[in-house]
Amino acid sequence: MSGLFDLVVSVARVAVMLAFTLSLVPIFVWAERKGAAYIQDRRGPNRARILGLTLGGLFHPLADALKLLFKEDFIPDGAHRLFYQMAPMFALAPALMTFAVIPFGPPVEIAGRVVALQVADLNVGILYIFAISGMSVYGVILAGWASNSKYPLLGGLRASAQMISYEVALGLSIIGLVMVFRSVRLSEIVASQGTLLWGIVPKWGVFVQPLGFLLFLVAVFAEANRTPFDLPEGESEIVAGFHTEYGSFKFSIFFMAEYIHMVVGAALIATLFFGGWQVPYLADSGFLLPGGLALGLPGALVFFLRIGAFVGKVFFFAWLFIWVRWTIPRFRYDQVMRLGWKVLLPLSLANIFVTGLVLLLIDGGA
Amino acid sequence: MVIGVKKVARPRKMSGGESLYLLEILKGLGVTMGHLLRNIRHQENIATMEYPEVRRVMPPRFRGLHRLMKRPDGTPRCVACFCCSTACPAVCITIVAGESPDPSIEKYPVRFDIDMLRCVFCGHCVEACPCDAIRMDTGWFTPAEHTREKLIYTIDMLLEK
Repeated sequence: MSGLFDLVVSVARVAVMLAFTLSLVPIFVWAERKGAAYIQDRRGPNRARILGLTLGGLFHPLADALKLLFKEDFIPDGAHRLFYQMAPMFALAPALMTFAVIPFGPPVEIAGRVVALQVADLNVGILYIFAISGMSVYGVILAGWASNSKYPLLGGLRASAQMISYEVALGLSIIGLVMVFRSVRLSEIVASQGTLLWGIVPKWGVFVQPLGFLLFLVAVFAEANRTPFDLPEGESEIVAGFHTEYGSFKFSIFFMAEYIHMVVGAALIATLFFGGWQVPYLADSGFLLPGGLALGLPGALVFFLRIGAFVGKVFFFAWLFIWVRWTIPRFRYDQVMRLGWKVLLPLSLANIFVTGLVLLLIDGGA
Repeated sequence: MVIGVKKVARPRKMSGGESLYLLEILKGLGVTMGHLLRNIRHQENIATMEYPEVRRVMPPRFRGLHRLMKRPDGTPRCVACFCCSTACPAVCITIVAGESPDPSIEKYPVRFDIDMLRCVFCGHCVEACPCDAIRMDTGWFTPAEHTREKLIYTIDMLLEK
């Protein structure tokens, strides 16, 4: 009986996670196109309609997906057939796998058992994320290499160099956070962000590690290959970079992977630095404001508020990715390398040192 | 002789705060968000024209698609003199003349086809016409069709415009 219960819970969590991430892809494709249009004083997509409804162009991603699904599945001459086919899978799978350790809600009690609202509550959470997200570059490199074409190869090379540079800063920028919260398990990091700092400010990662947050934000943008770090695609220089030779649904999978990377990046930022599903001053019983004010809320409402908070944070940071894309131009390649090695790396090392020093002074090294 | 030294304008050196980029990026985000909110609130101010539904109103002297004029009794004003087809640099006008039943008029066009695929919209036909039978004042442009045949306009289509 308990085995069946565990199975049902696991399958349900995986289903919810997949449905959440995959359904966000068309929404953010739409938000990207419509947002870009409004930022650039255009109207954006508004033609595709079902039964006379356009919903502000929301059907365009659907039409795109259908179109790509029905196109010829093409493999260019001279391409490495196996690697060429594998590359989109390597791009998509790590992006989806990363989401597995992100808690999207507080633990709930179902039939007398505590169920964590995350696919896998790994005790090595952050390490797992780095291990898996490091793999996502293989998709890009394989695509660039297997296409047997010069621009994809350049895109793949750029991606690998960029990933190596920014993976370092990404990893080091988290160390400070791990030192503060004393855990790499994501559910514990989120739980400890529910307390208050000096009784006023929520103890979110962004308040205890402001520099770490900035470094992490920049590094995540670079890891997700989003503007201003979208050199692997760099339309103005290398046609479309690593996916130049891809068409039909293989291209669509690269496209989905990019947006899932964005969603995962947003979820990571929200989880590590903005309290995950925590709502400021919201305890299990209701709101407890610092002035001693209290507002009781039923447990179910608190639960949905917290899940809503997580979804809202993910939406905000995914929108930030889009917003930044239409604000900042792409870096030149040497600028990317300079920023990665000469700015982010020393700053993240300094951040670790200062965090350690402060922790030593406060806790006396306990 | 003194060599003229030209001073090339260089961008001014960035201050410390600017070279950190943080505040500048926030300002940029503010600008783009301002555009976004303004365009969502005042959609009517977006310059984009919803083309097939909304057409631009052309100035009165715009040379658009041709039309043939009619006399008060409804017959075409054209007398099949071939002036327009002679003047046409693209050789896109085909006229077949026939004898008019009206004794006061010598000829009338049995066929008057304009191949819109060849027309260069120069307006020489309009200038050449001695009886103001052909005009280009419809204000329409970019004929788009699925077949080439539909773009050869016959006399009936030209008289209707």
